[in-house]
Amino acid sequence: MTSARPVHFTVNGAAATVTVEPRTTLADALRNELRLTGTHLGCEHGVCGACTVIVDGAAVRGCLVLAAQAEGREITTVEGLGSAAHLSALQLAFRKHHALQCGFCTAGILTTAHALLTEEPHADEDRIREVISGNLCRCTGYLPIIAAIMEARIAYRDVQCEAAQ
Amino acid sequence: MTVHTKGSGTTWVGRSIRRLEDPALVTGRGRFTADMPATHWVRFVRSSVAAGTIENITAPERAGIVTAKDLAKLKPIRPMLSKFNYVAVGQPILADGVVRFTGESIAAVYAPSKDQAEDIADQVEVEISEGAPLIDAMDALAEGAPLVHADTKHNVIVEGRIATPGFEDVWKTAHKVLHVEARSHRQNATPMETRAGHAAYDGSTGRVTLTCTTQMPHLTRTAVCDILGIPESDLRVVAPDVGGGFGQKMSLAPEYVLLVWLARKLRSSVAWTEDRRENLIASFHSRDQHVQLEGAFDKSGKLLALRGDIVANIGAYSCFPTTCGVEPLMALAELPGPYDVRAYDCRSRGVMTNTCPMAPYRGVSRPVITFVLERLMDKAAAAFGIEPTELRRRNLIDKFPYTSATGLVFDDGSYKETMEMAIKAIDLDAFRKRQKIARDAGRYLGIGFATFSERTGYGSPAFAARGMEITPGFETVYLTIDPSGFVEARIGSSPHGQGLRTSLAQIIADEIGIDPEFIKVVHGDTDRSPYGWGTFASRSLVLSGGASLLAAQKIRAKLLKMASHFLEAAPEDITLQSGSAHVIGTDRSVTIASMARAAYHQTHIFKGEIEPGLTETGTYDPSGTFSNACHVAIVEVDIETGRVEMEKFLVVEDAGLIINPMIADGQVHGGVAQGIGNALLEEIIYDETGNILTSTLADFLPPTTHEIPEIELHHVETLTGNSITKAKGLGEGGAIGAPAAVISAINDALSPFGISIDEMPATPQRIRAALRSSGKLPSNGKLA
Repeated sequence: MTSARPVHFTVNGAAATVTVEPRTTLADALRNELRLTGTHLGCEHGVCGACTVIVDGAAVRGCLVLAAQAEGREITTVEGLGSAAHLSALQLAFRKHHALQCGFCTAGILTTAHALLTEEPHADEDRIREVISGNLCRCTGYLPIIAAIMEARIAYRDVQCEAAQ
Repeated sequence: MTVHTKGSGTTWVGRSIRRLEDPALVTGRGRFTADMPATHWVRFVRSSVAAGTIENITAPERAGIVTAKDLAKLKPIRPMLSKFNYVAVGQPILADGVVRFTGESIAAVYAPSKDQAEDIADQVEVEISEGAPLIDAMDALAEGAPLVHADTKHNVIVEGRIATPGFEDVWKTAHKVLHVEARSHRQNATPMETRAGHAAYDGSTGRVTLTCTTQMPHLTRTAVCDILGIPESDLRVVAPDVGGGFGQKMSLAPEYVLLVWLARKLRSSVAWTEDRRENLIASFHSRDQHVQLEGAFDKSGKLLALRGDIVANIGAYSCFPTTCGVEPLMALAELPGPYDVRAYDCRSRGVMTNTCPMAPYRGVSRPVITFVLERLMDKAAAAFGIEPTELRRRNLIDKFPYTSATGLVFDDGSYKETMEMAIKAIDLDAFRKRQKIARDAGRYLGIGFATFSERTGYGSPAFAARGMEITPGFETVYLTIDPSGFVEARIGSSPHGQGLRTSLAQIIADEIGIDPEFIKVVHGDTDRSPYGWGTFASRSLVLSGGASLLAAQKIRAKLLKMASHFLEAAPEDITLQSGSAHVIGTDRSVTIASMARAAYHQTHIFKGEIEPGLTETGTYDPSGTFSNACHVAIVEVDIETGRVEMEKFLVVEDAGLIINPMIADGQVHGGVAQGIGNALLEEIIYDETGNILTSTLADFLPPTTHEIPEIELHHVETLTGNSITKAKGLGEGGAIGAPAAVISAINDALSPFGISIDEMPATPQRIRAALRSSGKLPSNGKLA
């Protein structure tokens, strides 16, 4: 098409520019232009939550946001949460509690949980259930996911304490 | 981690070690089919009507488009059964003149990007002369019904009957006869990753690599090559990380055939990622059945005879490789479940309609027949005025091996024990008291029990009994310790979320004395894996686990022989542990890595007594084994809205020896969650014209965190001789028992209304309709 234009934002701490059509979603831009394929597309109509990424601290559906709307924003994807050699506390808890099986929905749940616990490190089980109810997982039955997020809260509290000091 | 292996009394098997699969998946480094770039993207133009004749297809100028006339040399998909009056029908890769269901592919367009392909597909005009569609199987059975396939005599494509001799004589002796007419509505397995394929042509060899979301890479290769008429050596099939399957991804997607054909034509790479709407309307469906079931009981509540009639709506085509016989024939053979009943007369039919084809989905028919049979048992318990569990106690099998009325041989199990444990763990008496108090306060709590068997680890004899032209069964494992000392197990199974790499590594580790983290299990690549059948039917741990054990035993024997040479000790005095061979009671040892190096690089030192290399093969093909479980659901039904609140779920599961308890629990949790969704929410709804009304995840509703209650889980480990690892499968059990338990609990809650909910899913609409029909809805807070 003819109308591709550059969009600038920050992804996982690094500046990025993608040249995309106005209709290109943020999820497609991350996956296809930046090859950040950890963000998955499960429904492309905003229900399943698999494509959730963090934009300026808020968990958003990558399939419902246009790349152009991300101009100047700070984006975190699952690739920015930790590495295989150095898993984050949240990722470690997911592994410990068997909070993933096929791993397809996992990125969206990790980003959703990360955004939640960053804001609300004292979120109780009901709150976690409520927030994660926006993400579909077909493998785990959710209980291990909730247990993992509950356990990871302590790490986010520590971060908040450090920030306060 | 200090863990000792064989010889020191502690094993890797039985431990909840963390999954080897996870580090990549939690960091976004998993590799799924849709992640791959391609030169051309394919979009399918699909039928917007359920039945009709294609009059004309018009594409925009210069569009890359493929229609049936381009594929004239391709064979249709035509899986075969040699029994049960099976009528073979062919499915063309693209509709050839006739469309038979909404969503059937009519054309494929391709363009440099997915967006462009979608734009072009939108501009393709298809003129269809509409016919009258058949949506419900009962309509397709009617005299004079139109034919879904004009070249058949009727719409019944498969029909089986089992009738034990002297059935009527037994039936006549009945003290009570109970009847259930049940309906299981259509569902979709709904893996979170939709199907996707990527076919890349290699210009130098002429080979194509098809990367796709299959549960059966080898059989996909065979099927695609048969259809295209090319040697299997010209196609490599890769199943990378696959985002769940639940059976939907074991059946051949016609789309994959098109991709391989197109990659060869364009000499390039082509890709397709199914969107969610395509997945919901045109992948595969399941569970669409009408079941009539009658049970004859004697005075003591003992089940004497079962009479059934099953009608499975199998859609417009027969899926490869199982055929559409998979649901009706599974139901026919397994309907009596875990109950001792000697007289059985059942007919089961698979009926074609103008709907999306049926294929296996977690549990295959057993979620339906368990729900129906347990409804019968509950109704009988009510008729006898006893607890439903007491009626089951009088009927569950307890002597093994038990040969069922349909000829199935049940190996050792714990049908009664698991139920007794469940009754105790849930505290049934306390619940009944609580239920009464709640009812007096106008709240409707209910408890439901489901006891069932889960046939797992089927070898080839089980599939041969069904008359399948393709008889799955055996699994093979190639196990190698390479010169680096690292271990690679190449397997024919194709896990997609089950953690099988970890479980197999645990089994192998115990035999060869090398820790699981150094054992790489390789699967899902026909260039790397032995020919195998993939992952389905709760088979992989039993079959690939058994083959892994056999291969590892051979490697162990060879390592002991080599160590005997190095350590100058008898093999029986040597133990393999933590990467070394040790002479028991001494400090003499040699590392397995150094022996592995010698096996390749210093073969001369063995003086011809030990064959070079360190690779062994294990193949396992058992008869199969039965897992069993008791599920209990506690629910509260809001009679004003029909909403069902899940309060608690409890499972006592017996899947033999548990290899990795964490992984086993995960399978049960996930299965139960799907079963709860099946019981309460999930329904594919067609309107009368054959248009699907549930084509988004806002309409077809998998459960969320809100619907899944606490799940209490207990294991019993009955060790069977039918599995050499002593492990039975448990991938499907959660989904088999949960719908029955949930619907039983709903009926228990609503028992004051004298109604029976015999439909799945038991949606609020259905519950409210039944309550309204009862005429007993409370006015002024009191039951009418």
